[in-house]
Amino acid sequence: MSESGTIDNPFLVAIVGAGPSGFYAAEALLKSDQHVRIRMFERLPSPYGLVRSGVAPDHPKLKQAIQVYSKIADSNDFSFIGNVTVGRDITVEELCAHHHAVIFTCGAETDRRLGIPGEDLAGSYTATEFVGWYNGHPDYRDREFDLSHETAVIIGQGNVAADVSRILAKTVDELKHTDIARHALDALAASRIRDIYVIGRRGPAQAKFTAKELREFGELEDCDPVVAAEELILNPASQQELEEKTNIGSKKIYDLFREFSERASGGKSRRVHFQFLRSPVELIGESKLERVKIEKNRLSGEAFNQSARGTGETCEFEAGILFRSIGYRGVPIAGVPFDERAGVFPNTQGRIMDDGKIVPQLYTAGWIKRGPSGIIGTNRACSVETVNSLLEDLGTLSSVEINTDPQDLQQLIDNRGVRTISFDEWQRIDVAEVARGAEANKPREKFTSIEEMFAVLSRP
Amino acid sequence: MTTFVTDNCKGCRFTDCVTVCPVECFHYDDDMLYIDPDVCIDCSACIPECPVQAIYEDADYPEDKEEWIAINAEKAPNLPVCDSQMDPLPGAEERKAELGF
Repeated sequence: MSESGTIDNPFLVAIVGAGPSGFYAAEALLKSDQHVRIRMFERLPSPYGLVRSGVAPDHPKLKQAIQVYSKIADSNDFSFIGNVTVGRDITVEELCAHHHAVIFTCGAETDRRLGIPGEDLAGSYTATEFVGWYNGHPDYRDREFDLSHETAVIIGQGNVAADVSRILAKTVDELKHTDIARHALDALAASRIRDIYVIGRRGPAQAKFTAKELREFGELEDCDPVVAAEELILNPASQQELEEKTNIGSKKIYDLFREFSERASGGKSRRVHFQFLRSPVELIGESKLERVKIEKNRLSGEAFNQSARGTGETCEFEAGILFRSIGYRGVPIAGVPFDERAGVFPNTQGRIMDDGKIVPQLYTAGWIKRGPSGIIGTNRACSVETVNSLLEDLGTLSSVEINTDPQDLQQLIDNRGVRTISFDEWQRIDVAEVARGAEANKPREKFTSIEEMFAVLSRP
Repeated sequence: MTTFVTDNCKGCRFTDCVTVCPVECFHYDDDMLYIDPDVCIDCSACIPECPVQAIYEDADYPEDKEEWIAINAEKAPNLPVCDSQMDPLPGAEERKAELGF
């Protein structure tokens, strides 16, 4: 067998998941001095992961990262194979038989649970379903959210919680020229929500928003941010945290809360209330959510390592809808070790591990590697680390016997009755979405079902 | 929105920021980095990465850093792109200490 890594016999790498970490892994491989051919597998027909279906519709500038990804996809050494679910349509073992290495960049697709009574009542939802719904993700398009109550509760104080709250807080006019899914815009237009409570387990010095996201709450057309002054009282350890010069991000967040608390009410018709040191302990209702029972917390531990403990003091208030946004977990794939506790693929610098031993050929990057932290760009550094590990291992990987014939791989997938989507085909869908959007003065109107996407491809 | 690099970067050029930039908008000369505002998507991932807090958003920056918005816009497009981490400039650690970090 001839040497791998040459023009005639390139290294073959499969990437599973077409979100940011997948594209940054592809980019790092293509920039390396090795000759690598990449096949990127994606379970949806559409690429770009959370940049397409996670980033909020009113943050169009962030979505410009897509331009970088589509340039990577233009490479002759890259192919996109959409509409294929790894673990169902093709096994991990089969991927390994056709590639020198497989990089899993499939993200954290499910929510952490609160683990409290009433969590599954109607009216209690995950942020993931709501975000997927307003972004037109095919898995969530048919969800229905009852927005007929006046009070909504968001559990969690990170950027996803901020997105969910802001979408509920905005007027239709603020959203109608974004790429928000049409069904979501129609439902939000009828929303009766007036008060949105954004509740954090820890204090205002530990909230995980970025300053940029939090600042937006001060600039909404018809919604006032509300923070009660007593919510901002800090214990000595939190004061110490905010005085630390390198913790400037948290200081900025705290100062914004302070600014919100000192602001006179704008008399707007909606309010977002930020509340701290509280955890839900029970969701109450006959057949659907009616009340939320909250316990007050206190922080204990040293600065930068404080945890929230319940004080036993509880209160109840009425709420018709609740979203939890307290972290995300990956979903296991047959044939890949899984860390149940952390919800990630166990790994060392991106090399997937099983019981402390490296599993040959398997790598991981992004949220499924390190857990749901950071923003789009954080994944670039993460994927570069993984690709560096992979490149170090090439000596060993090149001796793995694989079937390099792309026809055999295609045949295997075809035999399972799967209709794959190429990048060229995706681009036709993309053009059709943009054209549809233009009619409504939107940057795009997404197709929210796989059937609709295929219908575009069957047009002459 | 604009995100820009200020003079704290001068003489340091740690380039930690570059590793998390999703769009390769950093450019460099012998002294420091600059952000091309036409390429930057204002995701703010770079801001907490800087060991000397040289990067600001135009929604929130010290008054005496104002000129750096224009300097970034003018310089960045004519300089090479910095797409991966480089060694910091000689004396960067001393400069960092001098700046109080």
